[in-house]
Amino acid sequence: MSFFDRMFGKKKSADSAKERLQLVLIHDRTDLTPAELDSLRDDLVATISRHVEIDVQAMQIGVEHDGRSQRLVADIPLKAARRKTRKTK
Amino acid sequence: MPAQVITITSGKGGVGKTTAVANLAVALAADGSKVVCIDGDIGLRNLDVILGLENRIVYDIVDVIEGRCRLKQAMIRDKKLPELYLIPAAQTRDKNAVSSSDMIRLIKDLRSDFDFVLIDSPAGIERGFKNAIAAADRVFVITNPEVSAVRDADRVIGILEAEEKGPASLIINRLNPLLVKNHDMLSAEDVLDLLAVELIGIVPEDETVIIGSNRGAPVAYDPKSKAGQAFRNIAKRMKGETVPFLDLGAQSTLWGRIQRLAGRK
Repeated sequence: MSFFDRMFGKKKSADSAKERLQLVLIHDRTDLTPAELDSLRDDLVATISRHVEIDVQAMQIGVEHDGRSQRLVADIPLKAARRKTRKTK
Repeated sequence: MPAQVITITSGKGGVGKTTAVANLAVALAADGSKVVCIDGDIGLRNLDVILGLENRIVYDIVDVIEGRCRLKQAMIRDKKLPELYLIPAAQTRDKNAVSSSDMIRLIKDLRSDFDFVLIDSPAGIERGFKNAIAAADRVFVITNPEVSAVRDADRVIGILEAEEKGPASLIINRLNPLLVKNHDMLSAEDVLDLLAVELIGIVPEDETVIIGSNRGAPVAYDPKSKAGQAFRNIAKRMKGETVPFLDLGAQSTLWGRIQRLAGRK
């Protein structure tokens, strides 16, 4: 890496290699393409929305790994409850 | 005690499977173990030339399986180490000449006579690989700190788990400490982090490996070779000894972390 690369913050090649591998390995291990993950997300949204209102914009879904096991992690914020709060007199 | 049967595989070709088998066999035999290594790469045999035994081949593994010779006749004794034997692959046949049950039967006959049976797997994840792991008690996956080799290693580790041959142990081969120091090569720690398996050895990139293969004398014989030292250390770990990983000139904190990751601290 040259002085100028360093000056302009160009990423070291080993870091690129590791980041790229992390993504590739998740897909290799789960056999889940980004498109399939999107469709899974849409199905989840549809199902959950039938029961409770969710904040679709803030929702996050992804595959995380813990050692060699993969975990589908969804973080689904609920919208403020619409039900009327009972007021006590 | 019956033999430990260990297969060395990688997914990707050219990462050093055959070199590792030859060196581990030499290191184990030089340290007093009875070792037989089997070239599982039918049609592309190479373990014979790496061990310098190519001129002694009369029969090969397919001759044994097809009954043209007895097992003992296909076992070539090493020139220097009387407790080291090679069963060569057939060169003019293909992988379909051998089945998994053939391998299991053949290795069953070797178990009682040896301490270690080392099997050199072909590259890939097809039949030759399946045959090579069929009889293994343990599988070593060897990789280089490089994207395609690590990706293929991960795939193989996954298959080994699915076939109930896991957990695999990892050999990181051809690590260049200078490139790692400059962050231009994945470190051993990076590779372990990605693959999440137990580490059994780190072998530095070392030109003596090529010189050794030119001569048919694996570097495990060479007391001055760094790669040879790394292979001798792996051999000791295979015998249950605790040997620290070579410090290849990287920062000590990094090595501390690798050892922790490998469960040795």
